[in-house]
Parts: sequence; C-alpha cells; structure tokens
Amino acid sequence: MTNSQRLSSGGLIDRGKPLSFRFDGKTYRGFAGDTLASALLANGVKLVGRSFKYHRPRGIFTTGAEEPNALITLRSGARREPNTKATTVELYGGLEATSQNCWPSLDFDLQAVNQLFAPLFVGGFYYKTFMWPAAFWEKVYEPLIRRAAGLGAASGLPDPDRYEHATAYCDVLIIGAGPAGLSAALAAGRAGARVILCEEDFRLGGRLLADHYQIDGETGTQWAEQAEAELTALPEVRIFRRTSVFGVYDGGVYGALERVADHLPQPPVHQPRQRVWQIVARRAITAMGALERPIVFGGNDRPGVMLASALRAYVNRFAVAPGRVALFTTTDDGWKTAEDLIRAEIPIEIVIDPRANVAEWLMKPIARAGTRILLDAVVTDTKGGRSLQAIEVLKSGSKLTFDVDTLAVSGGFNPQIGLSTHLGGRPRWSDEIGAFVPGELPSGMAVAGAAAGQYKLAECLAKGAACGAVAATDLGFSASAQPAPRVADEAIEVKPLWHVAQSRHKAFVDLQNDVTSKDVEIAHREGFRAVEHLKRYTTLGMATDQGKTSNINGHALMADLVGRAVAEVGTTRTRPPHVPIAIGALAGPHVGAHFKPTRYPAGHEWALANGASMVDAGQWHRPRWFTKPGEKDWLESVTREAKTVRAAVGVCDVSTLGKIDIQGRDAGIFLDRVYVNMFSSLAVGKARYGLMLREDGFVLDDGTTARLASDHYVMSTTTGNAAKVMQHLEFCHQVHWPELDVAMVSVTEQWTQYAVAGPKARVLLQNLLGDALDLSNEAFPYMACVEFTWANVPMRLFRLSFSGELAYEIAVPADYGEALLRELMRAGASLGVAPYGTEALGVLRIEKGHVSVGELNGQTTAADLGLGRMLSTKKDFIGRVLARRPALTDPERPTLAGFKPVDSAQRLRSGAHFVPLGITPSVENGEGYMTSVAFSPHVGSWIGLGLIKRGPARIGERVRAYDPVRGGDVEVEICSPVFVDPEGARLHV
Amino acid sequence: MRYSIFSLARNALGGHKGWTPTWRDAEPKQAYDILIIGGGGHGLATAYYLAKEHGLTNVAVLEKSWIGSGNVGRNTTIVRSNYMLPENIRFYEWSMKLWEGLEQDFNYNAMVSQRGVLNLYHSDGQRDAFARRGNAMRLSGVDAELLDREQVRRMLPFLNFDDARFPIQGGLLQRRGGTVRHDAVAWGYARGASDRGVDIVQNCEVKGFVVENGRVAGVETSRGKIHAKKIGIAVAGNSSRVAAMAGLRLPIESHVLQAFVSEGLKPLIPNVITFGAGHFYISQSDKGGLVFGGDLDGYKSYAQRGNLPVVQDVCEGGMAIMPMIGRLRLLRGWGGIMDMTMDGSPIIDKTPIEGLYLNAGWCYGGFKATPAAGWCFAHLIARDEPFPAASAFRLDRFARGAILDEKGQGAQPNLH
Repeated sequence: MTNSQRLSSGGLIDRGKPLSFRFDGKTYRGFAGDTLASALLANGVKLVGRSFKYHRPRGIFTTGAEEPNALITLRSGARREPNTKATTVELYGGLEATSQNCWPSLDFDLQAVNQLFAPLFVGGFYYKTFMWPAAFWEKVYEPLIRRAAGLGAASGLPDPDRYEHATAYCDVLIIGAGPAGLSAALAAGRAGARVILCEEDFRLGGRLLADHYQIDGETGTQWAEQAEAELTALPEVRIFRRTSVFGVYDGGVYGALERVADHLPQPPVHQPRQRVWQIVARRAITAMGALERPIVFGGNDRPGVMLASALRAYVNRFAVAPGRVALFTTTDDGWKTAEDLIRAEIPIEIVIDPRANVAEWLMKPIARAGTRILLDAVVTDTKGGRSLQAIEVLKSGSKLTFDVDTLAVSGGFNPQIGLSTHLGGRPRWSDEIGAFVPGELPSGMAVAGAAAGQYKLAECLAKGAACGAVAATDLGFSASAQPAPRVADEAIEVKPLWHVAQSRHKAFVDLQNDVTSKDVEIAHREGFRAVEHLKRYTTLGMATDQGKTSNINGHALMADLVGRAVAEVGTTRTRPPHVPIAIGALAGPHVGAHFKPTRYPAGHEWALANGASMVDAGQWHRPRWFTKPGEKDWLESVTREAKTVRAAVGVCDVSTLGKIDIQGRDAGIFLDRVYVNMFSSLAVGKARYGLMLREDGFVLDDGTTARLASDHYVMSTTTGNAAKVMQHLEFCHQVHWPELDVAMVSVTEQWTQYAVAGPKARVLLQNLLGDALDLSNEAFPYMACVEFTWANVPMRLFRLSFSGELAYEIAVPADYGEALLRELMRAGASLGVAPYGTEALGVLRIEKGHVSVGELNGQTTAADLGLGRMLSTKKDFIGRVLARRPALTDPERPTLAGFKPVDSAQRLRSGAHFVPLGITPSVENGEGYMTSVAFSPHVGSWIGLGLIKRGPARIGERVRAYDPVRGGDVEVEICSPVFVDPEGARLHV
Repeated sequence: MRYSIFSLARNALGGHKGWTPTWRDAEPKQAYDILIIGGGGHGLATAYYLAKEHGLTNVAVLEKSWIGSGNVGRNTTIVRSNYMLPENIRFYEWSMKLWEGLEQDFNYNAMVSQRGVLNLYHSDGQRDAFARRGNAMRLSGVDAELLDREQVRRMLPFLNFDDARFPIQGGLLQRRGGTVRHDAVAWGYARGASDRGVDIVQNCEVKGFVVENGRVAGVETSRGKIHAKKIGIAVAGNSSRVAAMAGLRLPIESHVLQAFVSEGLKPLIPNVITFGAGHFYISQSDKGGLVFGGDLDGYKSYAQRGNLPVVQDVCEGGMAIMPMIGRLRLLRGWGGIMDMTMDGSPIIDKTPIEGLYLNAGWCYGGFKATPAAGWCFAHLIARDEPFPAASAFRLDRFARGAILDEKGQGAQPNLH
C-alpha cells in the first residue's frame, strides 16, 4: 500500500522526502513531516490496536498525547518502547512499530472473546469474586488477571541509551507554541526578557498548522514561520522543540522533557536520547491549548471514529484523505471540519448536530456542497467489524442509517489546565464554554489562549501578547504595545452533550480503560459517587492518557446521575507528569557503575598492583586483603596478614576514616561538649580515644582526637559515619553554641593515613625517618602525636593502636600518599612487612575487643559497649540527660562480651541470636545477638563479639548462637571481649 | 448483599441494576457511644472490629472528605512483617495474619497477593544485619529466608548483576509478604462496618473537641456538634493538627513521601523488591503498572505533593538495580503525608484526656498495619487496655527510653 489515502497536494509534509517504515511487519511509505499516525492513516491503516479489557478493535482517535487508542510498541530489541502513542511519534526512515495487547494478531485477536463475558466484567467486578478458595488468588486468578491486564510488553533488557539532566534559568517560560504562546514569546522577547519557549511538537504553530487561518493576510502557517524566524533572531530567546513541560514544582521550578533523538532511528554518537530540564522561571505562561472531547454514544470507539479537530489536522496538516465522512458535532468548531474537508474536495456525507439552532452562515457552505445536514439529531450507535461501516442516527424519533467509514466527533473542548493545578490550585467551571478553566494559579504563572478558555484566534493572539508583555513588565523590562493582528471572527458556541441516552450498545467514556457509561451507572448505584471514588472504582482516567479525553465526560455523567451540576461534582486532581516520562530520563546520567561516586584512597593503584581484592566501604574502595602467590583462599591471606602484624609489622591504609580539623580558641570546650569524655584537658602533643553520643543518649561514633596545638585538634571518625559526624558537629556549633570560637572542616580527602602496626613498627619508622624523630617509648609514648616535616613534606605521626600492638598512624598530604606507601614498604622490606586489608584489620580489632560498625549500630549505649565509665560526671555533654532514661540504664540490657565456639572447629556468624541451651529457641528467650566475628589466628578458632544480657557477669557460661536463616546453631562460651593482651602491655613497649 | 460469583452472575442477568451502595453514606446523628475521626484504612478498620469483635455498633466514622482519601489511597500497597525488633514483629505479624484471612472475613476481594518481599543486600555488613533481622523473625515464628547472590539471580535474572556500583550479594526474602489493592481495603472495611450498623459520615470535618472535666464529650464538626463518650483519632498525615485541637503536642513530624506508577505493562516484576544501596522499592500491580517509591522529600510538609529532585533520585535508584526500566514511562506520581515519629515506630495509646484515644505515627508503615492497627485500636477503645501485640506502642516510651528504633537512626524523624 502506498498512500492510498493521501491528498495529491497541500499539507505540511515534504513529498520530496519519502520515508519507509514498518507496522506489524508490513512496509509502508510516509513523508518527512508525518507522524506515525498520519502516515498510517495515509496508507489506509485504520485498525492499530486492541482495547485493554474487551480487546475491541481501535484506531486513531486524536493527534497528540491525549490519544487513548492508538498505542503501539515502537522499535525492537533493547530499544523496545511499549505503549507509545502513534500520534506522538515523528516519522523517521526505518521506523518499526508493532501492535500490542492482541493474540495471535491484531486482525484476529482471540481475547476479544472477553466481550462475550462483558456482562460480568463490569466496573469493580473483581472486588466481588475470585475469593474462593483463598489460596487460588496467587496461583490461579491473579496470574490470569495479570497476563490479561497490562498493555505492551517491556523488552526486559537494559536500556542502551543515555539520558542527560540540565538546568536552565529564564525570566519567562512559555509552554506551548501555538498562536497564544508565539504571541507571548514575541511580546516578552521583544521587551528583552530571557525567554524559553517549549513546544511538544517538532514544528511550532499548534493549531495554526492544523486549521485554515488568515492573520494579517497571511496563512496561519506563514505567520507562525515568521514568528519563529523573529524569535530565533532574538538573542535572549531559546526555543525548545520536541519538549514537553511535564510538571510544576515549588519555587518556580518546571520539569521538561526534551526528546533529543526520538525522531531518529537511534541517538547519534555522544548524544543522549532524551534530556530532562529543570527550568527555573521567574514567570511562566502556559499556552497549551484545549483538547476536544468526544461524545459518549454506542460504539463510539470503532476505528474510524475520530475527534473532529483531529480529522481536520490530518487533512490540513498531513494531507490525509479520509473516505466517506460523517460529522457529529455539538460545537460550532466542529463545522469547521466540514468546511475544511469540502475545501479539500473531500465529500462529506452528513453533518449531525444535536442542537436545534446552528448559525446559518456556518451551515450554508456545507449545504451548498451537497452535504446533508440533520439538526436536533444524534448518532446513537455505530456498526462495523474491524472498522467503522455505518452510523445510526436518531432524528425526530426515526432511525436513519448512513454508510460511512469515518465519523468526526466534536463534543466541546477542555482547556489543558493540568499544569495550573500541580501545586494544588483548583480549577473553576465555566458555564460559558462548558468546561473547567484554570482557577487559582501558582505564583508567577499566567494562562493564555485556549488553555484559559479563550477559543477565538483573535483572543489567543491578543491575550498571549498581553500575558507576555505583563510578565516582561513585571520583571522590569519595557514592553511596547504592538498592533493586534487582523483575523476574521469565529463562532465558538458549544452545547455540551455528554451522553446519547438512546444508545443501545456499549458507549465508552474512557476508551483506553474500557470504562463505559454503564460502569459509571454501576459506580453510582454502589455509592462510588465522589469523582475520586468513581476513578478508583472504575479506573476512569487512570490509563496512559490520564483521562485527557474521558475525565470530564465521566464526571458529567456522574453529575447527571446525582442530579448536581458538574461544577459541584468537581473533577479529579491532576498530578505530574503531564505526559508519561521515561524512567531512564528522570534517572539521568548516573547509571550502572556511576550510580554513586567512587572514592579511591591515594594508595589504590599500588594496592591493585599488589594483589588487593577490593571492598566497598560506603563510597570508598578499600583493599580487603592482599593475595600472595600460592594462597588458595581469602582466609589464608587474611590469616597471614593478621599473623604478620602480631609477629612483625603490617601497613594498612586508614585514609578512609573521617578526619575533621577543628580549630579555634574554644575548640577544647566544644569537644568537651560533643564527646562524653574530657578533651580540653588533653595536653598538646597527645591523642585520646573519644566517644560521642546522640542527643537521645545512644552512641553515635567513636575515634581518636589529637591535640596538635592549644587551639588545634584533629578528630578521626569511623569511615561510615564521617559525614554524619561532620553534620552533627556543624549542627551543634551553628544551632546550639554559635558563640563558641571554633571552626571545623573535613580533611578526609586531604590527608592520606597509614597504620603501621606490629612489634617491628618502630624499627620500620626509624628505617624510614632516620634521625628526624626520636621514636623511643620515652620520647614518643603511647597516645603521643607530632607534626613535623620530612623530606620537605609535612607529616603527622600518631601513636595509636587499633590492633593492640605497638602501632603508629602516619599521615601526609594526599598527593604524597602513594609515595609514602612505597617508602613504608621499602623501609619494612627487611622486617617482613606486609600490607593488610580491612579483613585483617577486623580480625585484629575483634581479638582486641575494640568496637566497630557491628557494635556502633545506633542502638547501643556506652554501657552496652563496656564504655559506661567514660561518661564524665564533671561536665555536660550531648546525650548526657537522655542516656539516664530507665530503659537505657536497665541492667538487663544486652552488653558487650566475647564468644568462642565450644567446638573450636565450628564457624561463628554475626547476626546469630543468643538463646539458652536446652530449650526451644523463641523470641521470649532471646538474649542478644552476635555483632562481629573473625577467625582468630591468635586463639586458633573463630571468635566473636556480641551483645548479650548481663554479658560481663556471665563469663564462662555457655549459650547457643542460633542462626536459622543460614542453618547455623553453634554452642558458644561467653568470654572476655579482649582475646589478646588484656593488660595492654604490648601498647607500651 | 453477599458478594460472590453467583451474585455477580445474577446481577449481570439483571443488567446490574440490583446492586446497592457498598456502604451507607450516613447523615450524622447527634450522639454516639464512640466516634472514630478519620475515614481512612485505620479508622474504618477500627470501626469494623469495634462492631464485629466487640459488638459496639453505636459508632460513627467521621471523614472530612471521601473515605479512603488519605494514605490508604496513596501508598505502594506493600504488606510485610519483616521487622527486626520483637515488638514490631509481633504487631506486624498479627497484621499479616489478619491480611491472610481478610477477604473471607469481610467478603470483599482486596487482592491480597502474597507474592514475596525481597530486600537486597550489597555488603557483608548488610548481609549480617539482614541475618540478624531474619533470625529475629524466625524466632518469632515468621517466615524469612536469606538468599545468596545466585539464588537471587535465579529468581530475578533481570536485576543488574553485571554493571552495578554496589553489586547485589543476596537478599532477605519473606514469601508471605506481598501487595494488597489499597483502595479496596478501605471499601471492604467500610462495607463491613456499615452493614453492622456503623455510620460512615463523609464530608464531615472535625473542627474541635468538646472536653468536660478532663473528659472528652464530643466534637465540633463542619456538620454540627456530635456527642460521644469515647473518641479515637486515626488521621494519618494530620495527627498533629487534630491532636492539637485537643491541646496535645505529639512526638511527630509530618513529611511528604512520593510514590509513582508507570504505564501498564505485561507481567515483568513478580514480587516486591527493595534496593539495599539506595532507597527504592517496586512491585507491579495486577493492572500492570510498576508501583515504586523511595525516600522522603526531606522537609516537613502538609502538602500532598513532592518535588522533582526526589523523583529523579528514586528513578536513579530504580535504574541502578533494574536498567531494563529505562524506556518504560512514569505515568503518575503522588505525595502522601507521613507522620514520622522520633523512633520510627507507631503509637496506639490512650491520651492524657480521658476517653480520647490515639492511633498515629505510622511513618512509612501505615498501610501494611491497617488490619492490626484497626484491631488493636478497637480493642483499646472497647476495653481500655492495650491488645498485647500493640502494648509497646505507648506514648510514654520516649520518656522511658524504651524506644523502638529499627534502624538505629535516633530521634531524627526524617531518617526513619
């Protein structure tokens, strides 16, 4: 088939650029400037989809994003896009589309059998059945319903395309480039305001492209082209084509989707498929026009039934030639369709208007062309199989049948008020136009043109220009008055007809969700009368078109049933997005491995080159262990590393721990208040272990803080809590004690820090530093710290130990981090030094009974961790008061203890719960849980730390470590949490 | 009218003209024994159980708008009892049990779908925390399974196993968890309560309390004064505002939480999945839409709407674990108001005013709690003593320090 239904001339398609495309495997030809919908119509394709519930044949109903019927699956493979509206797809060469929700084929869909059961499948039927037996829901009913429901199928493959996020700022955002939007843009742009004009279509002009207008003696299309040319030349005006503004957010923020490459087979190299704009606008003018609404009558869903304005657009803009046409209109605007068809020499069989009186001058040219006109008449039903074949008309009590294949319907217009209500504004009913118009508007927003119920072109142009000028003037630009363009007057009368009561067949309100007038009646009968109840019970307006063509009709039907005015019944609230937006576009560029930033310590490359396996620690990558040639598994490597530290010396990268530089005259006082223990009394050149509580008395974090000068401390935090502690300190300073002379900054990234631990640590450092420092125990004892310069590099040295061995932490500016690591390894080579990772670090600290993330879980008190004595009684500190609450000081609370398996061959796992021996485990006899475990080379078995009721008092007792989710059940002995050197002698050598 | 395939068929033959209202849209009387403020899931469930379990039917539910217009009509429909603290497990498991028998109990198909809830983990630490939680569930007699990476992969091959910033290591699965058709819960309870004589009064906004000698005596409403001996507040999203009318200040901050639904699709996601390295949870409705959500917007608000950065953040989380959803379209989003407590757990308790009872502070978790919250609140109101499963949800627990902080976040409501 090749354009059997295309006019030989006219329209805005480029006949010089033919494009080939496929629908359901068949090849067709369209032209540049077509949409998929117009190209299908031009090829005589009427049936394009099947409906949601009854699988009724459906065709093309509209020209835009309001399309309820023509849903197709666009593209294939990983680029498959189900539920795409054919009316919104710009045609490109090689386009591939398929029908959906039908089997085995679109022409012959077996699921259409559902229509036979239609008497059962009414609105809300599923709430009343499928309940017996209960177990059948998941196994039988639900799978059947799920398979039948849904529309298109997703590819199930990762999306291969990229998306971008961008932000733009402007004085005036104009949404929609029809006559009102273009006039507004011209007025604001000429005044010098920074204007952004967004248009959903690929061509500017809106209805100017679809209707026959004369503006100042030119065609509407020519006028739009000139406006576009002038706007393009204005330096402060940006035009976003193919861009839908989808949401209005607080603070003058507008979300917009730019379809950068959807009109191409695939995005060009380095181009995103789509871009989500966050537009921050001081003023916004919505000029999105109005949508025609259908009339609810029997068989109003058959392929061939179409909105009158849509048919006009297909004829005028896309040069589609429909066959035998009838028009059913209750608006003056509908008559324009007849007029335009006659102008295009397309015969129109009959015009049916339910109104008894229609302006003579509207009818005259139609009658003159030989078209039959029936006033005070309605279309009651349609006939046809896979497309429309005839209509039944009721006139003065007699039934007439007309053979037609296209029926244009005009039931009035609904202004596109969606964006005006996103911030909660309620629309207002206008009796004059029989529709809702914007009510209270968000601050800074104005509405112009048909979107405000101004349907005449002259009004659109004038009000658009006025809104543009007002917005610019408000912002301090001077707008000069321009003469209003000259256009002919128009008739715009509407007499709403919501429903043809005499219809015998199914009359659809929501075409996509198969909601009929009967369903609305049932909802009414069952008490679902509030518009939101109607929506939720019948699914009216919940389809992919969000009820753009159906909501008002449904609400009006309900208003009739309850005997109230539409205005009183109201309408449902619209919410963003105004049109459906790809999830990938909203997600933006940070996908896959780029979901979150990856932070690497300075020694990362060196670690990789030396056999490190990496682990995520928050956003950091840390070496977990270093595999040496010949080592068979991680446990072997980790055990070797831990043994090396206990016997010789190891080096561990501890740069990821948070480092906060705290300076100021009151730094000591500040620390006294945030830590439970005292820091103002700490001597310069000394460090101290500190514990911090939250305001509610539970432990927040721990770490050592060193005093480098009387007004200068450097705090360390755990890796995981670095940001949280920084936030906490800032909060305390800014909110609680702004009077303190103290300032703080995170220096985690600025300093690289290594732990050098083991009995040979001092020798290693002496090898490295030579005579630069006296590292003897007397000169540089446990908990000493110093700043110095070595080889012209500023350095800090702390004598701290997490492992329980003689140990130091040495820090340099991060630029020297990797060099220092190499130097440390060189200086320790003769001592048998080994790098060690987070696993060995964990083994060493568990052996020593030091708490870490497993224990600092936000649910433990200082006393729970055996650190209760640290709470100073001489001063106030954050968390002091609430830590005294009865439940926090309950002696029955689980408290830190060590654990060893009774059978030393058994493995422990953290997350196991402690229960007494010999009774059935249950929640009533749970006693606590394991927080950390490790295989201890020192002990020769797995060991653990855990919280158990009255732990310290129960040393030697045996309990079960019960781990049903991993099939674990190990008898363990409660012991001291310190497995190595309980006296701490090794720290002080 | 009892609902069944037979009543459906019978009515189909009669052109569906025989259906009657699902619940009576009652005019308020001047006095009742008990008033429930709030015609949401919890309020309607409370009325239902008052009538059914305690035989108390001189009861009215007062709803300022249409029933089900609050959070029961704007959530992600997930039900589960996979908590860690015994007090929470006990309560939510009671709720789970009620869900399991709900449809037969109130003769309304709320589409309780026990399709499984899977929480993904991405690190050893998270695995162990999930093990602790799963073990706590098992100790309480609740089903829980800890899956490894390969088990998750077999179950959900479409997740991002190859290119993830935080690779999936496994998951904690509660097979009995799942989803429920949220609106139907409100309607089913309303119908059950109404059939037993409870008045469901819509478009009736409470404007103030009548308190006499320290005892509550009634309410002032937009439809006049209504007397009552006992009054229960169940107004999630407005708890602080309604309680303030009685002079009560609650340990609650109200935050907005957005949720989203995609266009309808053929079956794609079999169960409920939550991301462990970002805030994202998703399931697919029986109608085909992907229903998903994430984090709070972060600021306090009573506006039922959110902002764009969180929409983007949620979608980013979704793409991180299932990059197949990139070309699927987000159809609609909405915002619900979460009454966030200081420890993330709810309150079902008496108030300092005699005869005034409070059901509040459900944070994210109110929907799945609906049956048990109604059951326990009804028990408290009817008998003046807490039902054992909810006995920990006391107002004074903050003063005692007996907080129920699942996540260990402390008294920062927006982090729970």
